[in-house]
Amino acid sequence: MSSIKLLLENAHIEGIRYFDTYRKNGGYRSVEKALKMAPEDVVEEVKKSGLRGRGGAGFPTGMKWSFIAKPEGVPRHLVCNADESEPGTFKDRYLMEFIPHLLIEGLIVSSYALGSNTTYIYIRGEYAWIPDILEQAIAEAKANGFLGKNILNSGFDCEIYVQRGAGAYICGEETALIESLEGKRGNPRIKPPFPAVKGAWDRPTVVNNVETLAAVVPIMNMGGEEYAKIGVGRSTGTKLISACGNINKPGVYEIDMTISVEEFIYSDEWCGGIKNGKRLKACIPGGSSVPILPANLLLKTAKGEQRMMNYESLSDGGFATGTMMGSGGFIVFDEDQCVVKHTYTLARFYRHESCGQCSPCREGTGWMEKLLLRLDQGHGKMSDIDLLWDIQSKIEGNTICPLGDAAAWPVAAAIRHFRDEFEWHVTHPEEAQQ
Amino acid sequence: MNETMIEFSQEQLEKVSQIIARYPEGRQKSALLPVLHLAQEAFGWLSTETMDYVASLLKIEPIEVYEVATFYTMYNLKPVGKYVFEVCQTGPCMIQGSDDIIAYIGEKLNIKPGETTEDGLFTLKTAECLGACGYAPMMQMGKYYKEHLTKEKVDAIIAECRNNASASN
Ligand SMILES: NC(=O)C1=CN([C@@H]2O[C@H](COP(=O)(O)OP(=O)(O)OC[C@H]3O[C@@H](n4cnc5c(N)ncnc54)[C@H](O)[C@@H]3O)[C@@H](O)[C@H]2O)C=CC1
Ligand SMILES: Cc1cc2nc3c(=O)[nH]c(=O)nc-3n(C[C@H](O)[C@H](O)[C@H](O)COP(=O)(O)O)c2cc1C
Ligand code: SF4
Ligand code: FES
Repeated sequence: MSSIKLLLENAHIEGIRYFDTYRKNGGYRSVEKALKMAPEDVVEEVKKSGLRGRGGAGFPTGMKWSFIAKPEGVPRHLVCNADESEPGTFKDRYLMEFIPHLLIEGLIVSSYALGSNTTYIYIRGEYAWIPDILEQAIAEAKANGFLGKNILNSGFDCEIYVQRGAGAYICGEETALIESLEGKRGNPRIKPPFPAVKGAWDRPTVVNNVETLAAVVPIMNMGGEEYAKIGVGRSTGTKLISACGNINKPGVYEIDMTISVEEFIYSDEWCGGIKNGKRLKACIPGGSSVPILPANLLLKTAKGEQRMMNYESLSDGGFATGTMMGSGGFIVFDEDQCVVKHTYTLARFYRHESCGQCSPCREGTGWMEKLLLRLDQGHGKMSDIDLLWDIQSKIEGNTICPLGDAAAWPVAAAIRHFRDEFEWHVTHPEEAQQ
Repeated sequence: MNETMIEFSQEQLEKVSQIIARYPEGRQKSALLPVLHLAQEAFGWLSTETMDYVASLLKIEPIEVYEVATFYTMYNLKPVGKYVFEVCQTGPCMIQGSDDIIAYIGEKLNIKPGETTEDGLFTLKTAECLGACGYAPMMQMGKYYKEHLTKEKVDAIIAECRNNASASN
């Protein structure tokens, strides 16, 4: 299977970080094209492309854009979500570090389509060196007439500002992000109203992921219909996957969504197989919030079909036997890894990151962490496993934002598929303590 | 204890105005996170005095600043060492041995996570996923990441910090 690259094709060209090189390699054509079209027609192209949000939820981008409210005299905003904090996910960072102009180009076209004259990039605070790279790209785009007042004489004005977060996973959730942009604690708001109706400063706001906005560039260049021909079914275009864990070649890969999970793990083009010749035990394919799958269910669906690297195939079977594409954070575990310990570190993560507004999430994540630590260290009881199951089931669906679900799902999946390993920790306390 | 005057330089004040101008009229509170970053860079950490100063600059109540400063992990509410090592301990880093790295740094500097060395040079902290899982184990040190850590690399980093510190004294 040959690989199609739409986003990272030029990422390795020397000097691509700078405007001149980027432009020489075909950069900013999509802006020239879009500004000659009506904004609605740009939205239409994105609709035709079938592009789905790359931040994890997979919501159709064109549809979201068409939902933006347009009350008379009220400014609208586009906000780029660069908060990337989901364990296992480091694709947006790669894009911003190596080919920043692709994001800026996508932001200009998207701002035009949505009528946003002031657009923000909200980036996680820890990526402290990346704002310099982005601001440099913005300044260059502006110096060349692609940003600022009356871009390419189209009458469209646009400014892009970069704002750093300050260390809070929850600020990746779009309404928490908006609160943070307004200078507040990152406490999620109740949806609806969706940001597209009432967002930053109560104005209509579209929040999109870095990769989603970058994908608008090839969509404009090739046309939505052509883009939709890549991939399969409702998984159109290409997807960035950040791969890590016990593999030979960790890194960021662009795939078209017709390859199988097996190919992705074992082919030298991608992960290059399991490190040290070990056996594959399990995988979390879409960032820490999605269910872990044991090797057999990862490579083949419950129906015995090859599992493919796309939205539909990864979620085939629901949570009983499937998982999710999520943010594309692909974490691979070899036979030596302990699922109980890993589930504990994830529980610790979610307890640490809960904003504390909803009691099921605030209390539940704390309980799960405690129980998992006890089990991992060989001090657990059989009834703890059932208690753990009970707690996670009471969080799911009972909270303001999906962080609660995201904390519950990994625990549920670990018990569902690896119950014997939890039981072993109870029946072999001494070995577990080592 | 605090000898530096809590006041931005002219240049920093200009930066503050530029930041405020990014947001809609009357929404200068939106500048809070960036201005707190600026204050932390200038004064090392966020004392009550510093937070009150930021509140006065943005014309908001001090409590609005405290609320925010305590919510986000990157703001230091007490003094930290000149060099802060924040080692990621989340799953993908753990697989690659982050526990050993944390223990090694702790032993070498004779501090536990959360502590600062007596000479005020180093602070060790644990962190949750920093978006470098493919380059694990890793830590954040100031503005930059140090990736693919090994014990030898840790030794070299610490030696370099000590060198730089004695050179700047
Ligand atoms: N990339 C990362 O680092 C992380 C990603 N995630 C992902 O986030 C996902 C959950 O995100 P949510 O935003 O809560 O999902 P969601 O399903 O509520 O929303 C997805 C997007 O569609 C929009 N939307 C949905 N219905 C709409 C409507 N009727 N009108 C207008 N807009 C509408 C929302 O505003 C949002 O932008 C999870 O699936 C997870 O994979 C979670 C943690 C970190
Ligand atoms: C707890 C939590 C954290 C999230 N973190 C991120 C994130 O870091 N980056 C991101 O793009 N989306 C994140 N999301 C999803 C956003 O809420 C939103 O769906 C996304 O930014 C929309 O962009 P898209 O449609 O382009 O995917 C998070 C959601 C939740 C519930
Ligand atoms: S689910 Fe958790 S993180 Fe989300 S709003 Fe409730 S307490 Fe906060
Ligand atoms: S797990 Fe350490 S950087 Fe992601």
